[in-house]
Amino acid sequence: METSRRNFLKAGGACLLGLTIWPAVKGFAGNSTEYITSSKALTGEKWGLVIDMKKCWPKYQEGCRECFLACQRAHNIPDVTNKEEEIKWIWTEPYENAFPEQEHEYIAASIKGKPFIVLCNHCENPPCVRVCPTKATFKRRDGIVMMDYHRCIGCRYCMAACPYGARSFNFSDPRPFIKEVNPEFPTREKGVVEKCNFCAERIDTGLPPACVEACPAGALVFGDLDDPNSEVRKILASRYTIQRKPELGTHPCIYYLV
Amino acid sequence: MLVKALTGSKKYWGWTIFLLVLIATGFACYLWQLQKGLTITGMSRDVSWGLYISQFTFLVGVAASAVMVVLPYYLHNVKAFGRITILGEFLAIAALIMCLLFVIVDVGKPMRILNMIFYPTPNSMFFWDMIALNGYLLLNIIAGWHALEAEYKAVPPPAWTKILVYISIPWAVSIHTVTAFLYAGLPGRHYWLTAIMAARFLASAFASGPALLIILSYIIKRVSKFDPGREAIQKLAAIVTYATIISVFFVGLEFFTAFYSQVPAHGLDTLKYLFAGLDGHGKLVPWMWTFAILAVLALVLLINPRTRTRDTYLQAACVAVFVSMWIEKGIGLVIGGFIPNPFERVTEYVPTLPETLIALGVWATGFLILTFLYKIAIAVKEETV
Repeated sequence: METSRRNFLKAGGACLLGLTIWPAVKGFAGNSTEYITSSKALTGEKWGLVIDMKKCWPKYQEGCRECFLACQRAHNIPDVTNKEEEIKWIWTEPYENAFPEQEHEYIAASIKGKPFIVLCNHCENPPCVRVCPTKATFKRRDGIVMMDYHRCIGCRYCMAACPYGARSFNFSDPRPFIKEVNPEFPTREKGVVEKCNFCAERIDTGLPPACVEACPAGALVFGDLDDPNSEVRKILASRYTIQRKPELGTHPCIYYLV
Repeated sequence: MLVKALTGSKKYWGWTIFLLVLIATGFACYLWQLQKGLTITGMSRDVSWGLYISQFTFLVGVAASAVMVVLPYYLHNVKAFGRITILGEFLAIAALIMCLLFVIVDVGKPMRILNMIFYPTPNSMFFWDMIALNGYLLLNIIAGWHALEAEYKAVPPPAWTKILVYISIPWAVSIHTVTAFLYAGLPGRHYWLTAIMAARFLASAFASGPALLIILSYIIKRVSKFDPGREAIQKLAAIVTYATIISVFFVGLEFFTAFYSQVPAHGLDTLKYLFAGLDGHGKLVPWMWTFAILAVLALVLLINPRTRTRDTYLQAACVAVFVSMWIEKGIGLVIGGFIPNPFERVTEYVPTLPETLIALGVWATGFLILTFLYKIAIAVKEETV
């Protein structure tokens, strides 16, 4: 067959067009992308956490940091020494800093300056998901706000959007700062954002979040906020609880007993 | 026409080499940043956007130079602008390229930036900003280049480019609006959460873009045989005057809402941090007062017709407008938004040396592109004069 320049260009153009529409073909005609979950997986519609700080404090004062350590071990969280570049999934903040709008001059001494456990609120209406330009931050059907570390472009828009300071950016390669690598969970690269994932990987295999399991005081109660018979709902129905910055319309799924 | 950028005086090449040195330095620092990560910058988990994104935000405004000459010329038949529409459009091209480069140097994973196209996400304002900025860039490249080519060949520009020019006018409004929306829609960032953010962006853009265009017009008049024309400059000066007045007025509105309502959630703490210092931190205070003084000085020089019509005063006023708007939008607005942080603590931000050199490299890239484009445009205009 003769190949004229015109024919060659035509074929080339057709190939190029094919390449461009290939993702669309995959999207419409590809296999089902439904992921297969383990039969042991915990099922819930809206996972939430109730934190009872009164149960936590006696142990905390004795130096208990089991929840932080369990989280750190499970998720390969680097121990970055530079305070300004720290990677934090779960930590404590004094009452006035965690609940700035609920603080006042004459606050009870039993609360003033006391540490409160803070983490991602897994908001029902998450601003971080709204702003992410690549869907690297997304919401699972069970309400967990998750991150795809392989898709994140590191634009840090989610960090600007999160009103809870729950997101951390890997300013440098985190791997040298990981004390003991857990091969079950991915380590991250420099240049991506990360945060608490509510132990989605454990929930999918039938286990509660690592922090909940690790707490020796039973201060962290995990459960389905959509299930009226769950333990979290029973606590919420019977006791007065507060959320962080509820006025922002994010509907946090982390509740605090004070 | 491109070849016209390759011949020039010793001064022209000296300037080009100076810019190339800055670009090379910035690029070397960028390679280091790629290697080490953004840890080499002054950004932190609290102030997670710094010099790069603030320059991006300011330069989107500079791109308004185009619409402020195109709109009066095409919609109001202001003939004086006919000579300089190309200068406005080419300045917009250079500014937009700088914007895109600033986004690229800012992201943690630049090699994944195409994920924004592979996984288009219309609920993210970044997605719309990408469309708005790239679209405006394309419109200006096509319309500007065809207009210049027509001038070169001494024929009227093709009719279809006029359609592009008409599209580019509302499109210009969109780039400022969408860039403002990047900030104005975030819960918990009190200083940014204001309905007049887009209006502030438009006003400051219409001040800083044309102000730079006036300065550039004076430079062109000095270094070439092409005279942009006194009438065009004076008309631009009137635009800069109005836009600066509105800009300063809008900043005043923010002050009133915050300080009269006394509601912390209206940016009270950030304004205190910026202009007086907060909890013993006040690194931006001298900058913000420089902004205030320069803005007042610019207003005095611009509003008074006797100073506005005198070349030296107008030049000084335009420099004052440009620098003051750069401080207000390019530093105070973006960095101030992160202070105090969500825990009501103050973490300050100071760019590092490599970060500054990278930013300078991007500015130099923009000015190199601008130099080449202006060189071509002026060469064409000198021939047709």
